[in-house]
Amino acid sequence: MITLTINGLEVSVEEGTTILEAAQFLGFPIPTLCHMEGLTPYGACRLCVVEIGEGPNAKLVSSCTYLAEQGLKVRTASKRVMRARMMIIELLLASCPQSKIIQDLASKYDVRQQRFRQEYEDCILCGRCVRMCEEQMMAKAIGFRGRGQNRSIGTPFDIPSDICRQCGGCIYVCPACTLRCTYTEPEKAICGGCANISPPCIQKDHFDDLMCYMDPCVACEIKKE
Amino acid sequence: MDEQVIEKIVAEHHGSLGGILTILSEVQAKYGYLPEDSLRRVAATTNVSLTDLYGVATFYKAFSLKPRGKHLVSVCLGTACHVRGAARIAEELCKQLGVQPGETTADKEFTLETVNCLGGCALGPIVVVDGRYYTNVRKSKVAEILRKTRAGLDKPQGNHGFPLTIQCPHCQQNLMDPAKPIDGVPSIHLTLCWNGGRHSLHLSCFYGSFVSACDEEIPVDSVVGIVCPKCGRDLTSEWTCLECGAGMARLLVQEGAALMVCTRSGCKGRRLDLDTILAEETNRPNQE
Ligand code: FES
Ligand code: FES
Repeated sequence: MITLTINGLEVSVEEGTTILEAAQFLGFPIPTLCHMEGLTPYGACRLCVVEIGEGPNAKLVSSCTYLAEQGLKVRTASKRVMRARMMIIELLLASCPQSKIIQDLASKYDVRQQRFRQEYEDCILCGRCVRMCEEQMMAKAIGFRGRGQNRSIGTPFDIPSDICRQCGGCIYVCPACTLRCTYTEPEKAICGGCANISPPCIQKDHFDDLMCYMDPCVACEIKKE
Repeated sequence: MDEQVIEKIVAEHHGSLGGILTILSEVQAKYGYLPEDSLRRVAATTNVSLTDLYGVATFYKAFSLKPRGKHLVSVCLGTACHVRGAARIAEELCKQLGVQPGETTADKEFTLETVNCLGGCALGPIVVVDGRYYTNVRKSKVAEILRKTRAGLDKPQGNHGFPLTIQCPHCQQNLMDPAKPIDGVPSIHLTLCWNGGRHSLHLSCFYGSFVSACDEEIPVDSVVGIVCPKCGRDLTSEWTCLECGAGMARLLVQEGAALMVCTRSGCKGRRLDLDTILAEETNRPNQE
């Protein structure tokens, strides 16, 4: 067992527990985006930042990938953490404003402005779908391609994959565009109001465009406009 | 595409995940790029998923999924080259070839690409054409480089990197010896002191080639003295070799850098140094 202190409270956890899990155990809320139970931690979105250590040695780490250490002092909502978190949300808003999840995060953390150049990305590269496809669906039909600015997710050569079983798992876990996975309850597909487009899916040929990685999805269409 | 070729390459390197890079680069060496079928074939024979292979192939700039031209022109846009005006060189190349970086000319002669640092920052801006390094490139030199390449001149001799023109740091005299070519170009002439005797030593002027010739058999691992054949002054410096710890001889490169050569026979310690020259350049006006 490992004992650490989170926001002044002591807690003992099994070896191999992440800070995120320990904090959740104590009931401290830490927002997450790329993290998902059942998928390996990936640490892509940095939303789950917490501050560890003390004094000049204190630093920010992503709690979903950082394993608990003996005697570690963790702060999940210090000034520094909140500042970093708000900045991350602001950046997410700048790249993917049509996501309901990101909008909700912004309102929860009181992010009221977005000072960067507005983009309409359909993907924040959190890698949830990639891990879902590989780890839960055992398919590995999609993956990361390119790097830096040109990094994207999709199938090799951008052609429909023959490994893909069209399970829709990737769409289901995507936080960037909740539109994609509300097709069973079309009346809930309200997001994208800001971009002022009509609800997707329901007005399209039945389920034709649902496999976002196979065909243009609605977010891509927002971008086109 | 030849399936056997791919299978042979795979058989040679497979075993570890690290082998993938070698396999892909060999496939690319074979076809000039990575054809789609070849990637599928590699995936099938290695059991690495096509998705991963594609990820690797698109991650590294060294790999291309599109057919490339006969000549590959790489312009360095790294930091050092950038501040020396590499962007203008790239622009000029785009203009003269009529393509954007990453594209191939319609006649399939040239592929233009940009890279981020080739490790020769002291000599920037650098343009590499088919492995031949052009250093200190000016906008006005671009047309000449392309003309030479088209004509098939200026082929590099083997895979040696770029040739240097060496001077003595003391007397500033040129030490290149056309009478004794190594790797097809004039070699660096030095005097080697060993066991009380003086011998003449010739080194290849390609940074990256270790071919040398000496009129005396020097046993491996013995540390020798190096002096300038013109002024006779000692060239050994306070620098020590990172490989073996022996002293290094310091030579001046005309383009403006120092070349350090390890003084232990058999050791391949070499180093191209920019700092010392910069320091000297800033000191020089005071001395004059
Ligand atoms: S949830 Fe931890 S980095 Fe995304
Ligand atoms: S920046 Fe061009 S060689 Fe390093």
